[in-house]
Amino acid sequence: MVASMTVSAQSVTGAGASFPAPLYAKWAADFNKATGIQINYQSIGSGAGIKQIEAKTVDFGASDMPLSDQDLQAKGLVQFPTVMGGVIPVVNIQGIKPGELKLDGQVLGDIYLGKIKRWNDAAIKALNPTLALPDAAIAPVSRSDGSGTTFLFTNYLSKVNAQWKNQVGEGTAVKWPTGVGGKGNEGVAAYVGRLTNSIGYVEYAYVKQNKLTYAVMRNAAGNFVTPGAESFKAAAAGAEWSKSFYQVLTNQSGADAWPITGATFILMHKTQDKPAQAANTLKFFDWAYREGDKTAEGLDYVTMPDSVTALIRKSWEQIKDGSGKAIE
Amino acid sequence: MTPPSSSARHAPAIWGDFVFALLAWGAAGLTLLLLAGILITLLIGAWPAIDKYGLGFLARSVWDPGQEDFGALAMMYGTLATSFIALLIAVPVSFGIALFLTELSPTWLKRPLGTTIELLAAVPSIVYGMWGLLVFGPILATYVQQPLQNLFGDTPGLSALVSGPPVGIGILSAGIILAIMVIPFISAVMRDVFEITPAMLKESAYGLGSTTWEVVWKVVLPYTKAGVIGGIMLGLGRALGETMAVTFVIGNMSQLDTPSLFAAANSITSVLANEFAESGGGLHEAALLYLGLVLFFITFVVLACSRYLLYKLGQREGSGS
Repeated sequence: MVASMTVSAQSVTGAGASFPAPLYAKWAADFNKATGIQINYQSIGSGAGIKQIEAKTVDFGASDMPLSDQDLQAKGLVQFPTVMGGVIPVVNIQGIKPGELKLDGQVLGDIYLGKIKRWNDAAIKALNPTLALPDAAIAPVSRSDGSGTTFLFTNYLSKVNAQWKNQVGEGTAVKWPTGVGGKGNEGVAAYVGRLTNSIGYVEYAYVKQNKLTYAVMRNAAGNFVTPGAESFKAAAAGAEWSKSFYQVLTNQSGADAWPITGATFILMHKTQDKPAQAANTLKFFDWAYREGDKTAEGLDYVTMPDSVTALIRKSWEQIKDGSGKAIE
Repeated sequence: MTPPSSSARHAPAIWGDFVFALLAWGAAGLTLLLLAGILITLLIGAWPAIDKYGLGFLARSVWDPGQEDFGALAMMYGTLATSFIALLIAVPVSFGIALFLTELSPTWLKRPLGTTIELLAAVPSIVYGMWGLLVFGPILATYVQQPLQNLFGDTPGLSALVSGPPVGIGILSAGIILAIMVIPFISAVMRDVFEITPAMLKESAYGLGSTTWEVVWKVVLPYTKAGVIGGIMLGLGRALGETMAVTFVIGNMSQLDTPSLFAAANSITSVLANEFAESGGGLHEAALLYLGLVLFFITFVVLACSRYLLYKLGQREGSGS
């Protein structure tokens, strides 16, 4: 009886974004081995994660799309980033190998707008003068389910393609002008892997796992960059985390920055009804920032720099129990 | 048997009847309560969208979660078009299967073939979806869609009919996958009702020199039409509500720009499956629940139509034709 009560007080529940779910599950298993505290994470999507934490049905929520500072204030939540990742355009064109095709934001946006219809279009040829591009129709593939990946992708296109901003805009789900939609990163990866002359966008881990043909992108500094941990970190370096954790890392100005980078976030209530759970949640993330880097890199996530984790730990002082006492 | 012991046995029987009747009433009542509960929940959840768009929701073809602008027409088209294609293929094929199993098949083949078809009904729908996406879609694209597009490429009217990304994913593939999924249901019902046609009726017709086709068309089918229509409606109901398999192969684009059967589209169920988890409350979620209500209504209308059809058929019989 006593034992079972301690177990339930020790177990913490979180829910939300699917992008970091494999990492959170691995972290939770390692953390459980180290401390005996159980963390249950349900991968239900960012939108649902925000809903669940607002309804207080979970101890922490997770979202790929940061909430604005005003939103946080209104809902009484705090937000902090855990890891970063990148969104990568992938193509399937006969004879073209990974990293050979060069794209920029304007061309990528025009392809998804349906303005550039064929691979041998002059605008694509101008970026790739030496590549043999086929005279074939482009089949753009997008995410049909709402997702943080789509948010980063459309946020980037809105920053670099004026017509995209006016006609489509940004969000976790948008009205795509053309193409087909696949469900989940795995759905898009399956379409692009199978359909010749298609283009899609997926999280970095899926590019590696499925050995997809990625494109290199021209960033805001005008350089062509290859996706990977280095270019994601370069994008994060330009963010002013000390001002606010609301940072969308797309189109950053760094010379080597990957243009479609983003962090994934944890949401918690400022005033905790269940201080024991909140303390365990913070213990978990404190442990993850200290001990979890190797696990994260093994799964192709990019960890936050130490300067940022120090800021995050400081931000936890806002989380208090019912009597106004700080947790921990 | 002595009288006292028999009365002692009767006393609990009366109680038993009462309890049984109560339970049966309760079970029947629970169904109605559940139905009402689901309807009310949907109505409350969908209210912000109903309040904003009213019935005009059904006639609006735009679906734009980014700008919070919603309408059901594109998805209603997707749902009805795929189900229609499914029935167009599944009904004749199922009829053939049932006819073969009941009239033509050698006895040793009946059982294994019947079981195989029933097993098709037990395959999980997501397996059909994956097969459609990974195997059937590319075949359709390579051998049907792309040749047609090359053939009609520059002809104005015809090229629109075969337009769409050359990937073999869209309304036609969804319809065909749905057909494969509903065939076991329709053919199993048809076979069962064909089998209950009294042998005397059939043998009389054969005795008068009827061909197999004449026996089936003029004796078996009129005798079993209620069951046959019931089987078709069962299949239609499944096609309308099927979610996972359709989501895999329909292409998931809410559009009404082209009459092409190769174009990607969205059905009501595929939109719900794709967008519900990330809808984040507000008008988007309300519009999705409104879509659920619309599907509820479409299913109800289909059911009512089949009842009316059966009633009309019965009436014609009563007037003695």
